[in-house]
Amino acid sequence: MKAVAVECRDIGLAYGSNQVLKGIDMAIEPGEFFALLGPSGSGKSTLLRLIAGFNQHNRGQLLVDGRDITGVPPHARNIGMVFQSYALWPHMTVADNVAFGLVERRRPRDEVRRRTQEALALVGLADYAQRRPNQLSGGQQQRVALARTIVIEPQVLLLDEPLSNLDKKLREQMRVELKRLQRSLGITTIFVTHDQEEAMTTADRMAVLEAGVLQQVGTPRELFDAPVNRFVAEFVGSTNLLEGRLDAARGRFVVEGLGELPAPEGAGSALSVRPHAITVTARDAGRDPARAWFEAEVENAEFLGEFTRYELAAGARRLTADVPHTAHAPLHARGAQVALGVDPRELRLLP
Amino acid sequence: MNAIGSQAVTPVPGAGGLRARWGASWGSLVLAAAILGFLLTLLAVPVGMVFVTAFLDGTGGFTLGHFVTFFGTGLMRESFFNSLLVAGWSVVFASLIAVPLAYLTVRFQFRGALLIQTLGVLPLIMPPFVGAVAMQLIFGRSGSVNLLLDEHFGFTLPIMEGLGGVVFVESLHYFPFILMNLTVSLRAIDGAMEEAAINLGCRGWRLFWRIVFPLAAPGFLAGAALVFVKVFDDLGTPLVLGQTNLLAPQAYLRITQVGLEDPLGYVISVVMIAFSVLAMWLSVRVMKGKDYSTLQKGGAGIARRRLSRGEAVLAYAGIVLTLLVVLSPHLGLLLLSFARVWSFSVVPDAWTLEHYATVFRDSPFMIGNTLLYCGLAALIDVIIGVSIAYLVLRTRLPARQWLDSLASSAIAVPGIVLAIGYLRTFQHVSIGGFELAATWILIMLAYSVRRLPYALRACMAALQQINQSLEEAAEMLGASGWRTVRRIVIPLMAGGILAGFVSSFITAAVELSATILLTTRESQAPMSYGIYLYMQSVAGRGPGAALGVLLVGVVAVGTYLSHRVVERANRTLEQAK
Repeated sequence: MKAVAVECRDIGLAYGSNQVLKGIDMAIEPGEFFALLGPSGSGKSTLLRLIAGFNQHNRGQLLVDGRDITGVPPHARNIGMVFQSYALWPHMTVADNVAFGLVERRRPRDEVRRRTQEALALVGLADYAQRRPNQLSGGQQQRVALARTIVIEPQVLLLDEPLSNLDKKLREQMRVELKRLQRSLGITTIFVTHDQEEAMTTADRMAVLEAGVLQQVGTPRELFDAPVNRFVAEFVGSTNLLEGRLDAARGRFVVEGLGELPAPEGAGSALSVRPHAITVTARDAGRDPARAWFEAEVENAEFLGEFTRYELAAGARRLTADVPHTAHAPLHARGAQVALGVDPRELRLLP
Repeated sequence: MNAIGSQAVTPVPGAGGLRARWGASWGSLVLAAAILGFLLTLLAVPVGMVFVTAFLDGTGGFTLGHFVTFFGTGLMRESFFNSLLVAGWSVVFASLIAVPLAYLTVRFQFRGALLIQTLGVLPLIMPPFVGAVAMQLIFGRSGSVNLLLDEHFGFTLPIMEGLGGVVFVESLHYFPFILMNLTVSLRAIDGAMEEAAINLGCRGWRLFWRIVFPLAAPGFLAGAALVFVKVFDDLGTPLVLGQTNLLAPQAYLRITQVGLEDPLGYVISVVMIAFSVLAMWLSVRVMKGKDYSTLQKGGAGIARRRLSRGEAVLAYAGIVLTLLVVLSPHLGLLLLSFARVWSFSVVPDAWTLEHYATVFRDSPFMIGNTLLYCGLAALIDVIIGVSIAYLVLRTRLPARQWLDSLASSAIAVPGIVLAIGYLRTFQHVSIGGFELAATWILIMLAYSVRRLPYALRACMAALQQINQSLEEAAEMLGASGWRTVRRIVIPLMAGGILAGFVSSFITAAVELSATILLTTRESQAPMSYGIYLYMQSVAGRGPGAALGVLLVGVVAVGTYLSHRVVERANRTLEQAK
């Protein structure tokens, strides 16, 4: 099976005056596992349904394998979609659900049976063919939905919030399985999620959407380390945003009510400091000279096991710091007078 | 906090002995006993008498001989198969009307959908035997339609001839049951169910038959079973149309012409109950564990399309044609009630108000009787309905579900069978020198037993919607059990209780099959029986129609009122949540 590219060219979608998607431009490589990440109402699901053909864009082009499929009805697209609710038909057995697309394609009966069995075996449910969907667990239903979609060998696989209906443990397990399955099939896969951890752990590349506008496209690492704007910086991971003024001549960034920090390259009016780039020590402890230090008071401390999350008041500013925890590390209680040290290499200027 | 928490699990002091063991107060025990007595006397024993009589030989021993006679008699066999045939075909034709209408309303966004929902229930407000007379004048051999056809095209359609006429009238009357049930389950389908199929390459008719219809099948089957049972049990329509070779008319004729001692009447009754129960059991059984209402909270139903201009014209044409046929009995009845002469003409030749004058001069007591019997019956129904709902939902009385089941089982007992049971059971019972079987009390009690399931469902639904914490709050503030019921529960249930009252009342007002056997003197006749009597003669058709229009008016107003009341009550309860 040949992996195909998906390309959106200036895609816009509006319901009356309500613009849901505004000029989406992105290219998804053949065989890529691509995530659409965004908060609810950002237009990510709309974009996914648009690729499936359930929404029609008013503007722009949608290219699959270099061919514009704008106007091709959904049943003729050969783009497989796994729905958030799985949408397994309760009046059919698992096998009938999986065989559905092949029957619609008028494949010979022997082939339908063989490929259905293969698809079920692929997701590890060969023994469940004669069950009804409501006799399966959530994770099993998810697999059936997946088998039902990949059995027709779609050009592109779409997943709408594939893991959101599973509990935490199962979610992590399915994440790994999804990735393994996608690799072995080599099928171009686009999945929608609001969970940045899910997107970062699974996707080769991802796109962040907000208010119908594509904010940034890149690998998870690029988006985390080099966000292009405040929204991406705050949505992919969490961050402290410090408003201030860049003094390019002195190479300093001045934050009102806090002080000066060494300025990283670039320009911008805000400085992004990830919580894990901040260390917290007692006032009288030795200080690493490579860091920029500020006096602070602990307003709140949450012990999370692997790390402790401090809410710190430094001057007129409030900062969050995630300090890795070990058995011998000191814990600073609420009200403790501490020093916080910022690693200048982890700073980033944002517009 | 701890003190309160531990107190909650301590048994309430004073609740010892029998009371505690049965988890109920003396009041609820007495109440349950009273209701059980009512149901046993007026439902279980009479129906039991019918069964017993059907299996007893002359000397009091067990026999299957009467059943052998039943199936050995040509007329009985014919009636049996005719009844199955008529009920079966009625389901088919009712489906042909209801399925497209339901699909149109759910699938497309257009004003016709509202028209269907509004006009689609109109057939139910007119008893089918009343509609049958009017339909003969419109679709009969020399009715309006055939006169026009003959004049312009030189042929006629035998729509109202023979059993086909019964099927025609019944399917037009009962299709709303399928329409309403099917619409509800179509609306409960998750849109993703359909999209998943489209995504896999399915569309059009295949999409409907493979996905949409199967998912709505539970609603369809529930409606279809109801239509089957109703048609199978109907007595009035075949009698008015002169088709007596069906089970219900045969039972009636046996009892009225051969006598109360004739075992075949009882055998027919047993067969009718058996098929009612069988049809309902099958529909429940087939759909067991198949709750297909897949729509999740916040999810969207199946996608609605706008109709193109051509499709809209086609859809409207279909809807208007269907509704014209559906409303023809109403129109025919209205015309007939104002017609001086109407025979062998498309519309009446001359008009008059005389029939209404006749009705008000000769039979105003019938209107009074209907109000009296149905009012009392509905009152009994809501009292029992509220009580059973309370016992089932708010006490831990053992076997309380049985009260619900017993009361609900009345729906499977055909009116004629209940009436036969009453006559058999109460034939020699007299109260204060009056023979019970000769008074109107039995008619009224028959109404209340037959319509109890409707009122009971309304009351159950109303009580289920009330969050129990509202009552617990009142008890915490010092209100006793009974005062809580009076000050909190009943006021909150008022909407549901009223809805139950009205639905009992209006369905009792159009009851004929029990009435026809239990009415012993003309002075006892309610409107439904009065219409039937009038319709026996050609001269009486006018006044009969006038009485029919009045009855439809009463029922229509009642239906509208209950609809309003239920909507308002639901809004209040929404706010209370």
